[in-house]
Amino acid sequence: MHGEASETDKAGGEGAANSWRGNPGRRPAVTQLTVTAEDRRVAWLATAAVGLSLVDAAIPSPLPGVKPGLANIVTLVVLARYGWGTAVWVSGLRVLAGSLLLGYFLAPGFFLSLTGTTLSLLTLGVARHLPQRWFGPVSLSILAAFAHIGGQLLLARLWLIPHDGVFLLTPVFAGAALVFGTINGLIAAKLLAEPVPPEVR
Amino acid sequence: MHWLSLLRPGDWLVILLGALAVGGSVPMFWQGGMAERAIIRQEGRVFAEVDLRSRKQFEVAGPLGTTLIAVEPGRARVISDPGPRQYCVKQGWLMRPGEIAICAPNRVSVQIAGRTKVYDSISY
Repeated sequence: MHGEASETDKAGGEGAANSWRGNPGRRPAVTQLTVTAEDRRVAWLATAAVGLSLVDAAIPSPLPGVKPGLANIVTLVVLARYGWGTAVWVSGLRVLAGSLLLGYFLAPGFFLSLTGTTLSLLTLGVARHLPQRWFGPVSLSILAAFAHIGGQLLLARLWLIPHDGVFLLTPVFAGAALVFGTINGLIAAKLLAEPVPPEVR
Repeated sequence: MHWLSLLRPGDWLVILLGALAVGGSVPMFWQGGMAERAIIRQEGRVFAEVDLRSRKQFEVAGPLGTTLIAVEPGRARVISDPGPRQYCVKQGWLMRPGEIAICAPNRVSVQIAGRTKVYDSISY
Protein backbone atom coordinates (compact mmCIF):
# COMPACT_ATOMS: atom_id res chain seq x y z
CA MET A 1 0.00 0.00 0.00
CA HIS A 2 0.98 3.56 -0.52
CA GLY A 3 1.38 4.45 3.15
CA GLU A 4 3.93 1.76 3.91
CA ALA A 5 5.81 2.49 0.70
CA SER A 6 6.24 6.15 1.56
CA GLU A 7 7.32 5.33 5.12
CA THR A 8 10.14 3.19 3.84
CA ASP A 9 10.99 5.95 1.37
CA LYS A 10 11.38 8.37 4.23
CA ALA A 11 13.53 5.99 6.25
CA GLY A 12 15.63 5.31 3.17
CA GLY A 13 16.11 9.02 2.58
CA GLU A 14 17.37 9.51 6.10
CA GLY A 15 19.83 6.64 5.81
CA ALA A 16 21.13 8.03 2.56
CA ALA A 17 21.73 11.43 4.16
CA ASN A 18 23.71 9.68 6.90
CA SER A 19 26.05 7.84 4.59
CA TRP A 20 26.69 10.96 2.48
CA ARG A 21 28.16 12.70 5.50
CA GLY A 22 30.50 9.76 6.05
CA ASN A 23 29.81 9.24 9.77
CA PRO A 24 27.22 6.48 10.04
CA GLY A 25 27.03 6.64 13.86
CA ARG A 26 25.55 10.16 14.03
CA ARG A 27 21.99 11.02 13.08
CA PRO A 28 21.58 14.17 11.05
CA ALA A 29 20.15 17.13 12.94
CA VAL A 30 17.47 17.69 10.33
CA THR A 31 15.24 14.79 9.38
CA GLN A 32 14.95 14.61 5.65
CA LEU A 33 11.43 13.85 4.41
CA THR A 34 11.26 13.11 0.76
CA VAL A 35 7.93 14.03 -0.78
CA THR A 36 6.98 11.68 -3.55
CA ALA A 37 4.68 12.48 -6.44
CA GLU A 38 2.22 10.09 -4.82
CA ASP A 39 2.31 12.14 -1.60
CA ARG A 40 1.57 15.33 -3.52
CA ARG A 41 -1.30 13.67 -5.32
CA VAL A 42 -2.81 12.40 -2.07
CA ALA A 43 -2.46 15.87 -0.55
CA TRP A 44 -4.19 17.55 -3.50
CA LEU A 45 -6.99 15.03 -3.59
CA ALA A 46 -7.45 15.24 0.19
CA THR A 47 -7.62 19.02 -0.15
CA ALA A 48 -10.39 18.67 -2.70
CA ALA A 49 -12.21 16.28 -0.36
CA VAL A 50 -11.81 18.66 2.59
CA GLY A 51 -13.15 21.50 0.45
CA LEU A 52 -16.22 19.45 -0.37
CA SER A 53 -16.63 18.57 3.34
CA LEU A 54 -16.80 22.28 4.08
CA VAL A 55 -19.41 22.76 1.35
CA ASP A 56 -21.28 19.83 2.89
CA ALA A 57 -21.25 21.46 6.30
CA ALA A 58 -22.51 24.74 4.84
CA ILE A 59 -25.58 23.12 3.30
CA PRO A 60 -28.46 23.38 5.77
CA SER A 61 -29.85 20.01 6.75
CA PRO A 62 -33.30 19.24 8.14
CA LEU A 63 -31.88 16.59 10.45
CA PRO A 64 -28.43 16.29 11.98
CA GLY A 65 -26.64 13.47 10.25
CA VAL A 66 -28.41 13.83 6.93
CA LYS A 67 -25.74 15.30 4.67
CA PRO A 68 -25.06 14.96 0.96
CA GLY A 69 -21.57 13.62 1.65
CA LEU A 70 -20.08 15.34 -1.38
CA ALA A 71 -16.55 14.43 -0.31
CA ASN A 72 -17.36 10.83 -1.14
CA ILE A 73 -17.30 11.82 -4.81
CA VAL A 74 -13.56 12.35 -4.39
CA THR A 75 -13.20 8.99 -2.64
CA LEU A 76 -15.00 7.24 -5.51
CA VAL A 77 -12.92 8.91 -8.19
CA VAL A 78 -9.69 8.18 -6.30
CA LEU A 79 -10.73 4.57 -5.81
CA ALA A 80 -11.33 4.12 -9.51
CA ARG A 81 -8.20 5.97 -10.68
CA TYR A 82 -5.55 5.21 -8.05
CA GLY A 83 -6.80 2.21 -6.10
CA TRP A 84 -8.03 1.45 -2.62
CA GLY A 85 -4.88 2.38 -0.70
CA THR A 86 -4.90 5.94 -2.00
CA ALA A 87 -8.64 6.18 -1.31
CA VAL A 88 -8.00 5.21 2.32
CA TRP A 89 -5.34 7.91 2.63
CA VAL A 90 -7.48 10.59 1.04
CA SER A 91 -10.53 9.72 3.18
CA GLY A 92 -8.53 9.48 6.37
CA LEU A 93 -6.89 12.85 5.81
CA ARG A 94 -10.25 14.33 4.86
CA VAL A 95 -11.86 13.17 8.13
CA LEU A 96 -8.92 14.49 10.15
CA ALA A 97 -8.48 17.84 8.40
CA GLY A 98 -12.22 18.37 7.95
CA SER A 99 -12.83 17.85 11.67
CA LEU A 100 -10.00 20.23 12.57
CA LEU A 101 -11.33 22.94 10.25
CA LEU A 102 -14.92 22.56 11.39
CA GLY A 103 -13.91 22.29 15.04
CA TYR A 104 -15.21 18.86 15.94
CA PHE A 105 -11.91 17.00 16.18
CA LEU A 106 -12.25 14.26 18.86
CA ALA A 107 -15.87 15.32 19.49
CA PRO A 108 -18.57 12.65 19.07
CA GLY A 109 -19.13 13.80 15.50
CA PHE A 110 -15.51 12.99 14.69
CA PHE A 111 -15.87 9.40 15.85
CA LEU A 112 -19.16 9.04 13.99
CA SER A 113 -17.47 10.35 10.89
CA LEU A 114 -14.48 8.06 11.40
CA THR A 115 -16.63 4.97 11.93
CA GLY A 116 -18.78 5.75 8.91
CA THR A 117 -15.76 6.36 6.73
CA THR A 118 -13.98 3.21 7.92
CA LEU A 119 -16.99 1.03 7.20
CA SER A 120 -17.65 2.58 3.82
CA LEU A 121 -13.98 2.16 2.86
CA LEU A 122 -14.11 -1.50 3.86
CA THR A 123 -17.29 -1.89 1.83
CA LEU A 124 -15.65 -0.20 -1.14
CA GLY A 125 -12.65 -2.48 -0.73
CA VAL A 126 -14.94 -5.47 -1.21
CA ALA A 127 -17.38 -3.94 -3.70
CA ARG A 128 -14.71 -2.76 -6.15
CA HIS A 129 -14.17 -6.40 -7.07
CA LEU A 130 -17.69 -6.54 -8.49
CA PRO A 131 -17.63 -6.96 -12.27
CA GLN A 132 -17.14 -3.46 -13.67
CA ARG A 133 -19.17 -4.19 -16.76
CA TRP A 134 -22.26 -4.42 -14.60
CA PHE A 135 -21.58 -2.31 -11.53
CA GLY A 136 -20.37 1.25 -11.93
CA PRO A 137 -19.56 4.07 -9.50
CA VAL A 138 -23.25 4.47 -8.67
CA SER A 139 -23.38 0.98 -7.16
CA LEU A 140 -20.22 1.60 -5.17
CA SER A 141 -21.54 4.96 -3.99
CA ILE A 142 -24.85 3.55 -2.79
CA LEU A 143 -23.21 0.62 -1.01
CA ALA A 144 -20.70 2.95 0.63
CA ALA A 145 -23.46 5.33 1.70
CA PHE A 146 -25.40 2.49 3.34
CA ALA A 147 -22.25 1.23 5.08
CA HIS A 148 -21.54 4.78 6.24
CA ILE A 149 -24.92 5.32 7.81
CA GLY A 150 -24.96 1.78 9.21
CA GLY A 151 -21.65 2.33 10.96
CA GLN A 152 -22.77 5.64 12.37
CA LEU A 153 -26.03 4.23 13.67
CA LEU A 154 -24.24 1.31 15.29
CA LEU A 155 -21.71 3.56 17.00
CA ALA A 156 -24.47 5.92 18.11
CA ARG A 157 -26.42 2.97 19.52
CA LEU A 158 -23.42 1.42 21.27
CA TRP A 159 -21.86 4.57 22.63
CA LEU A 160 -23.71 7.87 22.34
CA ILE A 161 -27.35 6.94 22.85
CA PRO A 162 -27.51 3.41 24.29
CA HIS A 163 -31.18 3.00 23.48
CA ASP A 164 -32.99 1.39 20.58
CA GLY A 165 -34.79 4.67 19.97
CA VAL A 166 -31.81 5.63 17.79
CA PHE A 167 -33.00 3.16 15.19
CA LEU A 168 -36.27 5.07 14.79
CA LEU A 169 -34.33 7.32 12.44
CA THR A 170 -33.08 4.40 10.33
CA PRO A 171 -35.65 4.76 7.52
CA VAL A 172 -34.88 8.47 7.17
CA PHE A 173 -31.13 7.88 7.13
CA ALA A 174 -31.41 4.93 4.76
CA GLY A 175 -33.57 6.97 2.39
CA ALA A 176 -31.05 9.81 2.46
CA ALA A 177 -28.21 7.31 1.87
CA LEU A 178 -29.98 5.97 -1.20
CA VAL A 179 -30.77 9.38 -2.67
CA PHE A 180 -27.41 11.03 -1.97
CA GLY A 181 -25.52 7.83 -2.77
CA THR A 182 -27.11 7.77 -6.20
CA ILE A 183 -26.46 11.46 -6.86
CA ASN A 184 -22.83 11.30 -5.70
CA GLY A 185 -22.31 8.13 -7.70
CA LEU A 186 -23.67 9.80 -10.83
CA ILE A 187 -21.36 12.79 -10.33
CA ALA A 188 -18.39 10.45 -9.79
CA ALA A 189 -19.33 8.47 -12.90
CA LYS A 190 -19.53 11.70 -14.89
CA LEU A 191 -16.09 12.77 -13.67
CA LEU A 192 -14.63 9.34 -14.42
CA ALA A 193 -16.10 9.40 -17.93
CA GLU A 194 -14.05 12.52 -18.68
CA PRO A 195 -10.34 12.32 -19.53
CA VAL A 196 -7.86 12.62 -16.63
CA PRO A 197 -6.69 16.21 -16.24
CA PRO A 198 -2.90 16.39 -16.72
CA GLU A 199 -2.14 18.02 -13.33
CA VAL A 200 -3.32 15.02 -11.30
CA ARG A 201 -1.98 12.29 -13.55
CA MET B 1 -30.43 11.27 -21.38
CA HIS B 2 -26.70 11.33 -20.78
CA TRP B 3 -27.01 11.04 -16.97
CA LEU B 4 -28.91 7.79 -17.37
CA SER B 5 -26.23 6.46 -19.70
CA LEU B 6 -23.82 6.57 -16.74
CA LEU B 7 -25.83 3.86 -15.00
CA ARG B 8 -24.81 0.29 -15.67
CA PRO B 9 -27.32 -2.59 -15.41
CA GLY B 10 -26.07 -3.63 -11.96
CA ASP B 11 -26.50 -0.07 -10.74
CA TRP B 12 -30.21 -0.31 -11.40
CA LEU B 13 -30.23 -3.53 -9.38
CA VAL B 14 -28.43 -1.85 -6.49
CA ILE B 15 -30.82 1.13 -6.60
CA LEU B 16 -33.77 -1.25 -6.58
CA LEU B 17 -32.38 -3.28 -3.68
CA GLY B 18 -31.59 -0.06 -1.84
CA ALA B 19 -35.15 1.17 -2.33
CA LEU B 20 -36.47 -2.17 -1.06
CA ALA B 21 -34.20 -1.93 1.99
CA VAL B 22 -35.44 1.58 2.71
CA GLY B 23 -39.06 0.50 2.22
CA GLY B 24 -38.49 -2.54 4.41
CA SER B 25 -36.87 -0.51 7.16
CA VAL B 26 -40.00 1.60 7.65
CA PRO B 27 -42.22 -1.10 9.19
CA MET B 28 -39.19 -2.69 10.81
CA PHE B 29 -38.05 0.36 12.75
CA TRP B 30 -41.19 2.45 13.00
CA GLN B 31 -42.39 -0.44 14.96
CA GLY B 32 -44.69 -1.48 17.61
CA GLY B 33 -46.56 -1.76 14.33
CA MET B 34 -50.10 -0.57 14.58
CA ALA B 35 -51.79 0.29 17.83
CA GLU B 36 -53.62 -2.90 18.70
CA ARG B 37 -54.65 -2.86 22.33
CA ALA B 38 -55.30 -0.47 25.16
CA ILE B 39 -54.14 -1.62 28.58
CA ILE B 40 -55.93 0.00 31.49
CA ARG B 41 -54.24 -0.32 34.86
CA GLN B 42 -55.57 0.31 38.31
CA GLU B 43 -53.15 0.46 41.24
CA GLY B 44 -50.50 -0.96 38.87
CA ARG B 45 -52.51 -4.08 38.12
CA VAL B 46 -54.11 -4.67 34.74
CA PHE B 47 -57.75 -3.71 34.98
CA ALA B 48 -58.65 -4.42 31.37
CA GLU B 49 -56.99 -5.14 28.05
CA VAL B 50 -59.14 -3.87 25.25
CA ASP B 51 -58.91 -4.55 21.56
CA LEU B 52 -58.60 -1.20 19.79
CA ARG B 53 -61.09 -2.25 17.15
CA SER B 54 -63.92 -1.93 19.62
CA ARG B 55 -65.73 1.12 20.94
CA LYS B 56 -66.21 1.07 24.70
CA GLN B 57 -66.14 3.16 27.84
CA PHE B 58 -64.65 2.12 31.15
CA GLU B 59 -65.25 3.41 34.63
CA VAL B 60 -62.24 2.67 36.79
CA ALA B 61 -62.52 3.29 40.50
CA GLY B 62 -59.57 4.78 42.36
CA PRO B 63 -58.91 6.36 45.76
CA LEU B 64 -60.26 9.76 44.61
CA GLY B 65 -63.22 8.62 42.59
CA THR B 66 -63.97 7.32 39.13
CA THR B 67 -61.75 7.75 36.07
CA LEU B 68 -63.63 7.54 32.81
CA ILE B 69 -61.76 6.03 29.87
CA ALA B 70 -62.97 5.86 26.27
CA VAL B 71 -61.71 3.34 23.72
CA GLU B 72 -62.43 3.89 20.03
CA PRO B 73 -61.14 2.14 16.91
CA GLY B 74 -57.39 2.88 16.83
CA ARG B 75 -57.30 5.20 19.84
CA ALA B 76 -58.06 5.66 23.51
CA ARG B 77 -58.24 8.54 25.96
CA VAL B 78 -59.07 9.54 29.49
CA ILE B 79 -62.36 11.44 29.39
CA SER B 80 -62.50 12.54 32.97
CA ASP B 81 -60.54 12.07 36.14
CA PRO B 82 -60.94 13.35 39.67
CA GLY B 83 -57.25 14.27 39.94
CA PRO B 84 -56.37 17.92 40.66
CA ARG B 85 -54.13 18.68 37.67
CA GLN B 86 -55.89 16.76 34.89
CA TYR B 87 -52.67 15.90 33.06
CA CYS B 88 -53.95 12.56 31.78
CA VAL B 89 -57.16 14.16 30.50
CA LYS B 90 -55.26 16.94 28.71
CA GLN B 91 -53.09 14.40 26.94
CA GLY B 92 -56.02 13.66 24.68
CA TRP B 93 -56.16 10.76 22.30
CA LEU B 94 -53.41 8.15 22.49
CA MET B 95 -52.79 6.52 19.14
CA ARG B 96 -49.23 5.18 18.88
CA PRO B 97 -47.87 2.05 20.59
CA GLY B 98 -46.10 2.94 23.80
CA GLU B 99 -48.13 6.06 24.48
CA ILE B 100 -49.47 6.24 28.00
CA ALA B 101 -51.66 8.55 30.05
CA ILE B 102 -51.17 8.27 33.78
CA CYS B 103 -53.67 9.65 36.23
CA ALA B 104 -51.31 9.36 39.16
CA PRO B 105 -53.52 10.76 41.95
CA ASN B 106 -56.25 8.29 41.15
CA ARG B 107 -53.74 5.52 40.38
CA VAL B 108 -55.14 4.73 36.96
CA SER B 109 -53.31 4.56 33.66
CA VAL B 110 -54.15 3.73 30.08
CA GLN B 111 -51.47 2.59 27.64
CA ILE B 112 -51.48 1.74 23.96
CA ALA B 113 -49.75 -1.50 23.01
CA GLY B 114 -48.82 -2.86 19.61
CA ARG B 115 -47.41 -6.08 18.28
CA THR B 116 -44.10 -5.67 20.05
CA LYS B 117 -43.32 -4.08 23.34
CA VAL B 118 -42.09 -0.50 23.07
CA TYR B 119 -39.99 1.07 25.76
CA ASP B 120 -39.91 4.73 26.51
CA SER B 121 -38.14 6.90 29.04
CA ILE B 122 -40.76 6.11 31.65
CA SER B 123 -40.28 2.36 31.53
CA TYR B 124 -36.56 2.63 30.87
